[in-house]
Amino acid sequence: MFKGKFIDNLPKIYGTYTGGFLVFIILMAIAEQAGMGAKTIGIMFVAFTVSIYAFIGWLSRTVEVDAYYVAGRSVPTVFNGMATAADWMSGASFVAMAGGIYFGGYTYMAFLVGWTGGYILVSSLLAPYLRKFGCYTVPDFIGTRYGGNLSRFCAVVVLTLASFTYVTAQINATGTIAARALGIPFEAGVWVGLFSILLCSMLGGMRAVTWTQVAQYIVLITAYLLPIFWISNRGGYGFFPHLMLGEEVARLAELEAQFGLVKNAAADIAAAGVPGGLKSISLPHSGVPVGPMAAWKFISLALCMMVGTASLPHILMRYFTTPSVKAARKSVAWSLFFIFLLYSSAPMLATLSKLQLMDPNLATGIIGKPIAEVMSIDWVTAWTAQKQAFIADFNGDGILQLNEWFMRGDVVVLSTPEVAGLPYVITGLVAAGGMAAAMSTADGLVLAIANALSHDIYFKMIDPKADVRKRLIVARSLLVVIGGFAAYIASMRITSILGAVAWAFDFAMSGLFFPLILGVWWKRATRQGAVAGMIAGLGSGLAYLIYVYPKFMGNPAWLGIDHLRFGIIGASVCLVVMVVVSLMTPEPDEATQKMVDELRVPSGKTILGKQH
Amino acid sequence: MSNRKKHWEKTKGQMIITMLLWFFFGYVVFMFGESLNSVSFLGYPLAYYMSAQGSLIAFVVILFWSANKQEKIDEEFGFDTGEDD
Repeated sequence: MFKGKFIDNLPKIYGTYTGGFLVFIILMAIAEQAGMGAKTIGIMFVAFTVSIYAFIGWLSRTVEVDAYYVAGRSVPTVFNGMATAADWMSGASFVAMAGGIYFGGYTYMAFLVGWTGGYILVSSLLAPYLRKFGCYTVPDFIGTRYGGNLSRFCAVVVLTLASFTYVTAQINATGTIAARALGIPFEAGVWVGLFSILLCSMLGGMRAVTWTQVAQYIVLITAYLLPIFWISNRGGYGFFPHLMLGEEVARLAELEAQFGLVKNAAADIAAAGVPGGLKSISLPHSGVPVGPMAAWKFISLALCMMVGTASLPHILMRYFTTPSVKAARKSVAWSLFFIFLLYSSAPMLATLSKLQLMDPNLATGIIGKPIAEVMSIDWVTAWTAQKQAFIADFNGDGILQLNEWFMRGDVVVLSTPEVAGLPYVITGLVAAGGMAAAMSTADGLVLAIANALSHDIYFKMIDPKADVRKRLIVARSLLVVIGGFAAYIASMRITSILGAVAWAFDFAMSGLFFPLILGVWWKRATRQGAVAGMIAGLGSGLAYLIYVYPKFMGNPAWLGIDHLRFGIIGASVCLVVMVVVSLMTPEPDEATQKMVDELRVPSGKTILGKQH
Repeated sequence: MSNRKKHWEKTKGQMIITMLLWFFFGYVVFMFGESLNSVSFLGYPLAYYMSAQGSLIAFVVILFWSANKQEKIDEEFGFDTGEDD
């Protein structure tokens, strides 16, 4: 069936896979009609998709360093774009983003702009040059460009801190979804999630992660788009929701005016016993908040997410896998295209989902109805029992007001199919999509950390004479240890999904952004400058986070720079320190200057050899 | 000026243009969110539309355009990396 090389057959292989997946969805739909239970369908979806990823992981096993670290540098642009999109779109993007827009409206949409715009920085400033460099990891570039073990070590520290903050949130998400779909406790779900993640990455490293991520992208995008188009078409909102929901957005503004947007007092919420993490709708859906401070808050959040994007190693390392510099650049464009397909749909999902809930003219609407009646709706009963939704009758009139309905943001995506009354097969599909999103990001992150530790710390600093076999054993053992540690932290439930995700971007931008771009764009940047910049940037960012975060010192934010935006402080300090120290120290030697010149030319051999 | 230097000058120019476009769609638009929202586009308030889709589409277009532009620059100076996808 598939003659010739694997790479040449990619469209055929993934075409067959997509077809097979669609057939599986149809079979499940038929099984549901024939009376298969909701729980069995959920288990089937998660088990079926995870075993496919594991199978791909096993097929991609390798004993070569080049394949393990950079997938043999042979991943075609479009497929690398899909893999990056899956790597990028985390459990937070899939599960929490539409929920964030649902509750935060326009204010929250700064995340949409921030998590897409950063790719322009990646493409213009970094990806092509890092590909030309020929490194295996991001610290590999810092260590070689600036020289010395200290600069390499600092980069590893920033990478580990940023990626680890991020990965616990992902494993947390896989745990939540696995627990719900398989009907097991959260703590057990976390370990099931971890086990699935390791199945995909352990044997084949970057090569295995690449090919599972492509498969995961196909599952997650199907799972995200299908319900949106279904609800939109069935409800008569428009054949193509993205272009046709103008009236619905206007209707939401009307309903907000009718019901009134009330921000509940913290004391009332506590008195009513609302479970932690649940929110009510109190911000306008499409309205822009008034004043320059609100605009600055939007822009500064977008800025942090963009600069953070361009500093996150698990994203940058995806562009090490393309066949050429030109391909790396094109691949960034494809990545953003595939990300755009999901991100532009999140506001539409939030709009439709909110309308289903708020519009009293719809059968699904619950606001303005008697509470006793609402409580007897199946999905309301199910989610309130799990403490994911809550009703607090503040004014005691027995009617549900907008500010009396509480829900966890993450539930919006998972519950919308049920709320809108779609068959359970769609809910199962959405669970599989969420699982794919969280797993693919976790895979990329765990691999980024393990590769940095095994390549940059073990091979480059501790045992440079280690043979290939030994290097790969170390790399794989670290993968298991790091994954296990992350799962352990996640199982203790320390942070909510989103706080932690934004922090990863701020950590990465504080320590890595300027050392990376100045390494390419400023020949005068010196080793001392880079080391001082990384230490001062990360240190000041971390100090400011502790100073401002309500659960630590809780001081008032300076100029609106709160704990989601501390990277602005870190990166600014990093830039100033790096420039000043570089100018105070002698300029880099001739070999380094030549290396930077060579880096800027797209053609020719990579700077680091094939087996370094 | 050597071939390499000229290539780098042009590359820098292209980078700066791309950054200006990025700045416009990523930031300038949202500085005027309040006034933009009174304009309607496809039935959506404009600032809402830009944050939901408009700027995102702009970013994708800028990336493809800029990658093609840079490829032309590389070819012009003979630094083409050959045919591959």
